[in-house]
Amino acid sequence: MPEKKKNGEPLIRLAKRDSLAPAARIGIRLGSLLIALLFCGILIFAITGLNPVVVYRTMFEGAFGTKTRIWSTVKEMMMLACIAIGLAPAFKMRFWNIGAEGQVLIGGIVTAACMLYLKTLPSPLLLALMFAGSAVAGALWALLPAVFKAKWNTNETLFTLMMNYVAIQLTSFFVAKWENPFGSNTVGIINQNGMQGWFPALFGTRYFISVILVLLFAVLMFVYLKYTKHGYEIAVVGASENTARYAGINVGWVMIRTMLLSGAICGLAGFMAVAGASHTISVSTAGGRGFTAIIVAWLARFDSATMLLISLLLAFLQSGAGEIASKCKLNDYASQMIIGIILFFILGSEFFINYRCIFRGKAGKGEA
Amino acid sequence: MTEAAISLKHVTKSFGSVIANDDVTMEVRSGEILALLGENGSGKTTLMNMLAGIYYPDHGSISVNGKEVNIRDPRDAFACGIGMVHQHFKLVDVFSAAENVIIGINGKGRLSHRQIADAIRKICDKYGFDIDPDKKVYDMSVSEKQTLEIVKVLYRGADILILDEPTAVLTPQETEKLFSVIRNMKKDGKTVIIITHKLHEVLAISDRVAILRRGVYIDTVETKDATEQSLTEMMVGEKIELNIDRPLVEERPLRLRIEHLSCFNEEGIQKLDDVSFEAYGGEILGIAGVSGNGQKELLEAIAGLQVTMPGASIVYNAPDTEEGAELIGKTPRKIRELGVHLSFVPEDRLGMGLVGDLGMSENMMLKDYTRGRGIFTDKKKPKELAERIRKDLNVVTPGIGTPVRRLSGGNVQKVLVGREIAAAPTVLMTAYAVRGLDINTSYTIYQLLNEQKEAGVAVIYVGEDLDVLLELCDRILVLCGGRVSGILDGRTAKKEEVGRLMTQMRKEAADA
Repeated sequence: MPEKKKNGEPLIRLAKRDSLAPAARIGIRLGSLLIALLFCGILIFAITGLNPVVVYRTMFEGAFGTKTRIWSTVKEMMMLACIAIGLAPAFKMRFWNIGAEGQVLIGGIVTAACMLYLKTLPSPLLLALMFAGSAVAGALWALLPAVFKAKWNTNETLFTLMMNYVAIQLTSFFVAKWENPFGSNTVGIINQNGMQGWFPALFGTRYFISVILVLLFAVLMFVYLKYTKHGYEIAVVGASENTARYAGINVGWVMIRTMLLSGAICGLAGFMAVAGASHTISVSTAGGRGFTAIIVAWLARFDSATMLLISLLLAFLQSGAGEIASKCKLNDYASQMIIGIILFFILGSEFFINYRCIFRGKAGKGEA
Repeated sequence: MTEAAISLKHVTKSFGSVIANDDVTMEVRSGEILALLGENGSGKTTLMNMLAGIYYPDHGSISVNGKEVNIRDPRDAFACGIGMVHQHFKLVDVFSAAENVIIGINGKGRLSHRQIADAIRKICDKYGFDIDPDKKVYDMSVSEKQTLEIVKVLYRGADILILDEPTAVLTPQETEKLFSVIRNMKKDGKTVIIITHKLHEVLAISDRVAILRRGVYIDTVETKDATEQSLTEMMVGEKIELNIDRPLVEERPLRLRIEHLSCFNEEGIQKLDDVSFEAYGGEILGIAGVSGNGQKELLEAIAGLQVTMPGASIVYNAPDTEEGAELIGKTPRKIRELGVHLSFVPEDRLGMGLVGDLGMSENMMLKDYTRGRGIFTDKKKPKELAERIRKDLNVVTPGIGTPVRRLSGGNVQKVLVGREIAAAPTVLMTAYAVRGLDINTSYTIYQLLNEQKEAGVAVIYVGEDLDVLLELCDRILVLCGGRVSGILDGRTAKKEEVGRLMTQMRKEAADA
């Protein structure tokens, strides 16, 4: 029989929290960010002997130091946010769309194709065609797994994931087909001279239209999820398919419709990447953002404004980390580590939002 | 004075801001059968889980046989001789009875199946159980699984057994069998704590009754001095009328005629077999049966959620038309568009009837969210309805926007029933409408159903408590193995008769 000893009580116990005030939630998240920065600082100093403050300042300068850098960070942020906005309805429906990477690429391929083959068209018409084409292509790419899931209940996680590899191979094929100059194994800058199909510059930058588009998507998605019948159906299907059937919702159709939308927005992200930023296409046009955006969408709980904020944070980390890699003579892995540590702490803070720890002998004290 | 097997001193346990047990000090005497009585959410299970090592108390101390102990996990509990049979069985389906019994025990030497089987048989003979050590759990009936759980804790040498609502899933006959086993255990010197909220069972089996109310320990009384009325008052804290009304409605028009209804579930097992019956407005048709005998499929078939076999027919007669409408092969939305006012309170409240993540207000529009203007949903009317239901039915919630998942079971049910009744149904189907609800809420629900009946609604009430079925329903249909084994008049039917019909088919199959 385990007789009672002094301090026989477990050292730490976990208890589920009721719900936390919004201020406390933000506090915990900001706290985790500070701890992450502190931890990274100690690590940087311990390993390289560099002054962490200098490293962080370099990071900041890397992301926001000059106008060009600001725009490049913003561009990255908008890409991430756009894909996350596209993923949001699918994930809210608990449809694990891991295929954004492929949907972006397919959208990019169609955009590039329009730019190459239809460059004689007037610019507004060409841009409209590129817009529509990339959206349709992304939607169709997402349609296939949705139909299979709706009809035969296949696993959408694997299906959408596999579709990425098909899209990557297709991209390779088109890169080889459109190779320019011959032998370079890249497409090069498309329409470098005429700039047909390029986003026109507004307020001195070509990225401005992307920003407008993404902000527009963000607002529309917010309204769509929150105030429309479709949004309501998505929430119900995501919560429980049985409840949805009980309510008379055609679950299969909602799945297909939502994935068409999700794919279309991801396809449009490809359009912006090609027509609005790089003006070329390669297998790295999506560059893993289709996966990073999953983190963005989840961390933000599918809220548009939060998705924009988290995209900004990630874009900042990425540009900043690149800068310290070159400036402080740390290699690329060091910056990757810093990003990893910060993400780890932010994700980990979710645990403390849902649970609290009770230390031995402290029961009942502190917050209830 | 008998020695205390368990003594709890100032035990407190809270979950977030909810205090499940507040400064509970009580004793369990050695060798007694103690009934732990309390409404749902009064903290019975939480208190017992602290004895079983599932939870750890925030404050207070626990002594077993006079020694203060520290129970940190189930292993500690067994070391103290405490074994608990949980309400939801914790068995491995693909293992045999014997394999389940030895899970988690670190034995020495080779594992001998024969030895274990022998030990199990010995326990069975001693207490009057009936179990086959080689039978797989997936082949077992609910009552067999429960027996196995009890054998499991006895095998581990538990002297103090805690049974959490063991009779909730049993027929009257099976309950009687369980009680005789419990009495045998008492004779053998074991201490038994039984959690229940069925009063007649408390009076039948226990020596003493301990009562909890909203996490607070009220008192322990000798069973021989207690009555159903006195126990209820202690449990609820106020005087309560324990009679259920059964008004007689003169006009009873035909609403639903169901003929030759058969269906299979997803695993290809036949759940309904040639079911035919009629439901009338102005009456409550009770559906009795052991859980899982086709009740769920029957209601879902009527609601348009269950695929049925060819040849079946469900005809709905609207109040103002002569001609009936066939419901078979129609989706829930089609049925609604036909103008059929069918309300359905499903068994799985949060998994089917409501969306747990959404608030009361947004749950109100679940069935008619399509009514909003254009592409947008109308949030105003559901909000008003939510406020009205919250007020009329006393729903306890921080706000109509609070996710209904966070509400207690009783309040969740009020939200669901409130919505379904607000839809002004002509047919109202309820599955286990009072499961897990406290007495006050249960009586509120009975009253709501009676009001609907008096308003001319055809009420179909799937229930598990036979006493309630016999008091509330005008007619009782008994389902057994997916077949209608009898339709009785609720005013004249006897409990034993219903119990017999509930198990009839099984007996016939066993005899064949």
